Amino acid sequence: MTTSYETREHDVLIIGAGGAGLRAAIEALAHGANVGVVCKSLLGKAHTVMAEGGIAAAMANVDAADGWKPHFKDTMFGGKYLNNWRMAQLHAQESPDRVRELEQWGALFDRTDKGEILQRAFGGHTYKRLCHVGDRTGLEMIRTLQDRGVHLGFDVYMECTVTRLLIDGGRIAGAFAYWRENGRFIVFKAKSIVIATGGIGKAWPITSNSWECTGDGMTLAYEAGAELMDMEFVQFHPTGMVWPPGVQGLLVTEAVRGEGGILRNKLGERFMEKYDPKRMELSTRDVVARSIYTEVKEGRGTEHGGAYLDISHKPAEYVKKKLPSMYHQFKELADVDITKGPMEVGPTCHYVMGGIRVEAETAQSTVPGLFAAGEAAAGLHGANRLGGNSLSDLLVFGRRAGEAAAKHAKEVSTPGLVIAQIEEAERELLAPFSNTGSESPYAVQRDLQKVMQSLVGIFRTDEDLKKAFAELEELKARAAKASVEGSRLFNPGWHLTRELNSMLTISEAVALSALARTESRGAHSRIDFPNYDPVWAKKHNVIVREGGKMTRHEIPVDEMPDELKQILAEDK
Amino acid sequence: MSEATLRVFRGEGPAGGHTVDYQVPVAPGMVVLDALHYIQGHLAPDLAVRWNCKAGKCGSCSAEVNGRPRLTCKTRMDDLPKDQPITVMPMKSFPRIKDLVTDVSWNYSVNKKIPAFQPKPGTDWKISQHDVDRVQEFRKCIECFLCQNVCHVLREHDAKKTFGGPRFFVRVAGLEMHPMDGLDRVALLKNDLGIGLCNITKCCTEVCPEEIHITDNAIIPLKERVVDRYYDPLTMLFRMFGGS
Repeated sequence: MTTSYETREHDVLIIGAGGAGLRAAIEALAHGANVGVVCKSLLGKAHTVMAEGGIAAAMANVDAADGWKPHFKDTMFGGKYLNNWRMAQLHAQESPDRVRELEQWGALFDRTDKGEILQRAFGGHTYKRLCHVGDRTGLEMIRTLQDRGVHLGFDVYMECTVTRLLIDGGRIAGAFAYWRENGRFIVFKAKSIVIATGGIGKAWPITSNSWECTGDGMTLAYEAGAELMDMEFVQFHPTGMVWPPGVQGLLVTEAVRGEGGILRNKLGERFMEKYDPKRMELSTRDVVARSIYTEVKEGRGTEHGGAYLDISHKPAEYVKKKLPSMYHQFKELADVDITKGPMEVGPTCHYVMGGIRVEAETAQSTVPGLFAAGEAAAGLHGANRLGGNSLSDLLVFGRRAGEAAAKHAKEVSTPGLVIAQIEEAERELLAPFSNTGSESPYAVQRDLQKVMQSLVGIFRTDEDLKKAFAELEELKARAAKASVEGSRLFNPGWHLTRELNSMLTISEAVALSALARTESRGAHSRIDFPNYDPVWAKKHNVIVREGGKMTRHEIPVDEMPDELKQILAEDK
Repeated sequence: MSEATLRVFRGEGPAGGHTVDYQVPVAPGMVVLDALHYIQGHLAPDLAVRWNCKAGKCGSCSAEVNGRPRLTCKTRMDDLPKDQPITVMPMKSFPRIKDLVTDVSWNYSVNKKIPAFQPKPGTDWKISQHDVDRVQEFRKCIECFLCQNVCHVLREHDAKKTFGGPRFFVRVAGLEMHPMDGLDRVALLKNDLGIGLCNITKCCTEVCPEEIHITDNAIIPLKERVVDRYYDPLTMLFRMFGGS
């Protein structure tokens, strides 16, 4: 091989520096591990920074009746009971402590009159539960974790992309990566790896996700032999911007509805009365997204194909105080003053409930030494995630993954690196430079996004999904031929060729799972199977690579213990 | 659909480079970052641009548009003159890596010098919203480093060894004015971050996309703390005789 690489060694390597990755890193450090954090962007820029509305934690500061049981129940109901019950339980029980911990590390949340952390209402949550900082909760969280981690002393590899996990005798041995800045290679030796790379939103054109969300971590795990679960459940957030075109998909926080925002169609009708008269605008995201979509499809949409979301009945100062970035976002990007008139909103691809299948307590995948937390992992959210449950997910399971990864690293011997794997990773990464055709990776991504939007969107059919497969096959062939201009120095076109591999892999997993699930549940809506199916209520789709081929299995939903069943059966 | 000409800096490494003109179709509401993405997607796939959220929340896409330091994701094409090319240059105060991407790692090394939040012993965590409001202004910072880029101490004098820059005065202000913080960073401000070098020209405040009153609310109060500690005649006298 003509190329060379530098080598670094850590007990625990964390891939991804969003909320889950940073929380995992902090915990692994606390357990005495030597920790490295690799991230595709600069530190502090991860997608978590865009989280707006808040962290769901039953602290009962505002509604005294709240507690872990109502939170557990809401999460299970929102996820249409496909959630891993143990994760939902741990999440509901532990998130208040995780929020307090953030505060002790310097985060400053909005306050109640008594000086406690203020909590706001959100879709699907029975009580006011979201701890928040105006509408920039994600920034507060990431900055707090970032500063905490930096001072505890982890090594950060910024603008560095992992393209392959290295395996030694069936367990984790390390990772192969390249520096985005100069295209040079770096090999990490590690006994434990935590995947915290977020989701796959960039496979859709109308998305709230940042460029990083290309399903890399899920693909790395899948290629290393781990299982992906519940991949058909992709959340379309009901309220993204629809106008102007340049900002289409940009998130309009659910906090607008949490603070009293009202949805109307072009006839002025408050249409949520039809779809969920009890919860109205604060219904779960799957319901609200479908409702807006249906209004538009049936001809009652706004000028630019959305619905009106209005908060202007609240005092202007209140809106500016509670929703400052929404106020600026609309004013600067859409010439709309949200204190005076309505916003136009429509569904935008936001989150994937599915991901790497992990064990609830330790976040370990089916590959020894490989852990996953946050959006990259599956289980907590089932068929649909409640707003605010993501930030708490990052903290609760980031911490658990970090702890388990550190313990695992203590228990196992140092793995060996298999040179053949490194050489193959190098070849794979450099291949686009040898391609001579005119296929552009950007063109392939655009066409992939068209396929996912039109055939694997909010509403799905057997016919569309089968068509999507055929299209994905063609796109894979095109991606393999994509060529690169320029050098290895900070070359986004080249970087995209690797991300295409991830996006195509995960898109296929989504389509394969969506085709199999012949029912509608949570975020997965089949026009040809519009109802719940009691048989599918008991099954998860699991995707795994077998003999080099993507294969689907079905596994039973874990039976929950009686005391939890009782919580779900209780009124209120 | 109308067209615009983008005059974009291209070049590898810290020295050299030149601008290249690109014709880009303009859609309603389009921002400069959209135009850069169009160039990447259709005309120059290796054009190096840093960006993440395209929503003004991450502070990655800083550049100098028509000579003015901006987030390109928040700079609308229809706010710029249509009759001349739109120039997009990398931030000047940081070493160039490629095209619009600069080496901002120095900022991360400054941040490491600042001791993190440490609660006072016995903190009961009851905080009034009023106290929170004051500090939240500083915590809005998205680390776009535009303030660092325009600060003349860094831009003209390149005093990166002795000066922390506005971003980190904002960070220290957020810690020092945190109602529960128990540490003291005044010596750090004076000695390691060189706050005395700032002569409050407010260039930083002008470019802050988060509209943080960097000079008035962060730097000046911190300068006052340094002055009170080190240059107040009475304190100096006490120190002479007290020996501390």
